[in-house]
Amino acid sequence: MLDLPTIWAGLICIALLAYVVLDGFDLGVGILFPLGRNKDERDVMMNSVAPVWDGNETWLVLGGGGLFAAFPLAYSVLLTAFYAPVIAMLLALILRGVAFEFRFRTERARKYWDWAFIGGSTAAAFFQGVMIGAFVQGVAVEDGAYGGGWFDWLSPFSLLCGVGLVAGYALLGASWLVIKTEGEIQARMRALQLPLGAAVILLIGLVSTGTIFENEWVRERWFNLGSYVFLWIIPIFTAALAGAFFLAVRAKKEVTPFLLTLGLFGMSFAGLAASLSPYMIPPAITYYEAANPDSSLAFMLVGALILLPVILGYTGYAYWIFRGKVKVGEGYH
Amino acid sequence: MELDAHLLARIQFAFTVSFHIIFPAFTIGLASYLAVLEGLWLKTKDDAYLTVYKFWLTIFAVAFAMGVVSGIVMSYQFGTNWGPFAEKTGPVLGPLLAYEVLTAFFLEAGFLGVMLFGLNRVGPKLHFTATLLVAIGTLISAFWILSANSWMHTPAGYLIEDGRYVPGDWLEIIFNPSFPYRFTHMVLAAYLTTAFVVGAVGAWHLLKNKANKPARLMFAMAVMMAAVVAPLQLFVGDMHGLNTQEHQPMKVAAMEGHFETQEGAPLILFGLPDLEEAETKYAVGVPKLGSLILAHDPNGEVTGLDAFPREDWPNVPLVFWCFRIMVGVGMLMIAFGLAGVVNALRKKLFEARWHHYWALAMGPLGFVAILAGWFVTEVGRQPYVVYGLMRTSEAASPIGAPGVAGSLLGFFIVYLIVFSAGVFYILRLMRRTPGADPEKPLKEGPLRPSHLADEILDQGETGAGAEHA
Repeated sequence: MLDLPTIWAGLICIALLAYVVLDGFDLGVGILFPLGRNKDERDVMMNSVAPVWDGNETWLVLGGGGLFAAFPLAYSVLLTAFYAPVIAMLLALILRGVAFEFRFRTERARKYWDWAFIGGSTAAAFFQGVMIGAFVQGVAVEDGAYGGGWFDWLSPFSLLCGVGLVAGYALLGASWLVIKTEGEIQARMRALQLPLGAAVILLIGLVSTGTIFENEWVRERWFNLGSYVFLWIIPIFTAALAGAFFLAVRAKKEVTPFLLTLGLFGMSFAGLAASLSPYMIPPAITYYEAANPDSSLAFMLVGALILLPVILGYTGYAYWIFRGKVKVGEGYH
Repeated sequence: MELDAHLLARIQFAFTVSFHIIFPAFTIGLASYLAVLEGLWLKTKDDAYLTVYKFWLTIFAVAFAMGVVSGIVMSYQFGTNWGPFAEKTGPVLGPLLAYEVLTAFFLEAGFLGVMLFGLNRVGPKLHFTATLLVAIGTLISAFWILSANSWMHTPAGYLIEDGRYVPGDWLEIIFNPSFPYRFTHMVLAAYLTTAFVVGAVGAWHLLKNKANKPARLMFAMAVMMAAVVAPLQLFVGDMHGLNTQEHQPMKVAAMEGHFETQEGAPLILFGLPDLEEAETKYAVGVPKLGSLILAHDPNGEVTGLDAFPREDWPNVPLVFWCFRIMVGVGMLMIAFGLAGVVNALRKKLFEARWHHYWALAMGPLGFVAILAGWFVTEVGRQPYVVYGLMRTSEAASPIGAPGVAGSLLGFFIVYLIVFSAGVFYILRLMRRTPGADPEKPLKEGPLRPSHLADEILDQGETGAGAEHA
C-alpha cells in the first residue's frame, strides 16, 4: 500500500498545498494592494510579506521540481497541455516578484511597480486557478505526450476556478493582514473577511459541484455509498470550518480566521485529491504509470525525509523572527 | 513548421537561461563577498567593513530577486517546451534538481529574509550566520545544477530502460566526468565576475575621491581577487579543456577551429571558420602549439572535425568566436591583476588613475566571459541535448510555432522591462558614495538594509534588544 510512488504522490500534494496556502496569502496581499490608500499603508502591506515571500514561492519550485523528479510524464504532459496559462503565470510572478525590490528603488516609477505587483499577483492567482480547473476536466494524452489542442484548458469551469482562487487568495491575504496590521488598514481588512468568506464558500460549493458532475467516475465515487462513504467527512468538515470562520470573524478574532481559512484550503485540496486520485493526469494516467523507477524515488526520499523537517524548522524560525505587527513608517524592521 | 517551432523553442531557452545566469553568477560571488565582509567586521570591529557590507547588500537584494524570478521560469521550462527530454531524463536529472531545491533554494530563501531585514531582530552574530548560510546555499545550488548540466555533457552511471535513462549509480551520476571541472570553473568565474564589478565600483568612487576608505577597501579586495583567482582560473580552465578533449573532442575541435585531424597542429589564434568549405580561413596561429597543449607533444595528433559525421557538427564559428572572447577577457583579467600587484608593491594602488579607469572598463566583462563560456559549452554540445545519446531535435514538446513565438515574445518584453529597470536601479545604487551621507538615498525610497544596519551600529556590539530563539 505505502509504496514509493504513493509516498511521492503524497509529498507532491503536500508541497503543492504548502505552496497554495503560503504563497496564497502573499499573492492575496498583492490582490488587495489597491486597498492601501497611501504609500505608508502600501508599505505596511508589502512589508508584512517581504521577508517571507521568497521562501513561500520556493514551494512552487519544489512542486515543479518534484513533479519532474518523481513523475516526469505528468510534468511533461501537464505543462505542455497548460502551456499558455503556465507561461502567463510565470510572467506574472516575475513582474510581482521584482516589484518587492523595485518599488523601494524609485519614487517616479513607484506607481508602475505597484501596478505590476497588483496585476502580477492577481494574474498569477487567476491562471493557477484556471489550471486547477483544466486539470479536473482532464487532459488528452496520445502516445505518452499531450494530444489535445491549444485552448483545451479554456472553459467556463476553468475560468470559474480562476475567479475562485483569486477570491480564495484574497481571503487569505485579508486574514493575514488582520494579523499583521493595526488601525485603519486592519479595520478595512476585517470588513472584507465576511463578504470574501461568503464568496469563497459559494465558489467552493460551485467548483465542488462542477468537479463531481464533470466526470462520471467521480460522481460514482461520491454517491456510491459503499466503500467511499467516509469521503463525506470532507464536505461536513468544510461546512463546520465555514461556520467557525464566520463566528470567529464576528468575534473579531485576529489569528483564528486565518487558521480557519487555511483549513478551508486544506479541505478543498483534500476534496480534489479524493475525487481524482489515483489519477495524475485525469482521466487516464495514474501516478503509478507516471512515476519514475524506484531507484530514483528512493534516492530522493532519503533526502526529503531528512531535509523537509529541517526546512520546516528554519522556515518556522524565520516566521517567528518576523512575528508581530508591522507598523506604519517602521519600514523593514 | 515543425523545425521553426523547434528553433523558436531553442531560442527561447537560450534567451531565458542567458538572462537568468547573469544574476546567480553575480549573487554567488556577492553572497560569499558579503559573508567575508561581515565576518571581517565582526572580527575587527572596523566599521568600514560594515559600510561596504551595507552598500552591497541592497544591490544583492535586487540582483537576488531577479535571479529568483527568472529561475522559476527555468524549473518549469523543461516541462513546457522540452517534455520528451524531461520524460526520458527525469529519472536521472529530476532528483538532482529536487535536491537543489531541498538543500539550496529553501536555505537561501529562508535566511535571505533574515539577512535583508533581520539585523536588529537577531543581533550581529546570528545575522552573520544567516549571511553565511545564504552564501553556502548559493554554492550548494551551483553544485547540483552544474552536476545536472555536466551529466548532459558527460552522461555516466545510467542504464537505459524502455527508452528512458534510469539511474544505475548515483555517485557516478552526480560526480560525472566533467562535473568537478565545470563546477570549479563556474564558481571561480562567478567570484571573478563579482570581483570585477566590485572593483569597478570601487574604482569609480576612488576616481571621485581617492581617500574614501570604503572605496579603497572594495578596490583593494577586488584587485587581490583578480591577482589570485584570474591565474588560477586559467589553470582550471585548461584542465576543463583537457577533460573536454577527452570526452567531447568534437567540441574542442570546434573551439580550436581544427577541421582536419593532423599531427603537429597549430594553435589558431584568429581566423574565419567556414562551414561550407570546412576550413578555417586566414588562420593566424602558432605552429605545433595546438598539439603541445592538447596532446602534450608538439607532434601529437589532434582530432579535427573531419573525424566526425558532418550532421553531428555544432555551429563551429559561434563556438570558435565565443571561446576567443572568453579567453580574451580572461587574459585581460590576469593582466589587470598583475598590474594591481605591481601598483600595490609600489604603494600606488590608490594613486594610479589609469588602473582605476581600466577597472571601470573591466566592470561588465565578467558577465561577457560567462555568457561566452556557456555558449561555447552549450552550443558545442549541439546537435545533442544529452551528448551522444539524445538529439535536441528529439527533445522538444509538441507545441506549434505560433505558441512558442507568443511565449518568446512575452518573455522578451517582460525581461526587457525587468532587466532595464533592474540594471538601472543597480547602477544607481552603485553610484551612492559608500559611507557618506547614508540618508541621502532616502529621497529615492527607503533603502532598508542600510537603514537597518545604521541602527545596529547605534546599538553597538551588544546586540541590544536582540531576541533569541
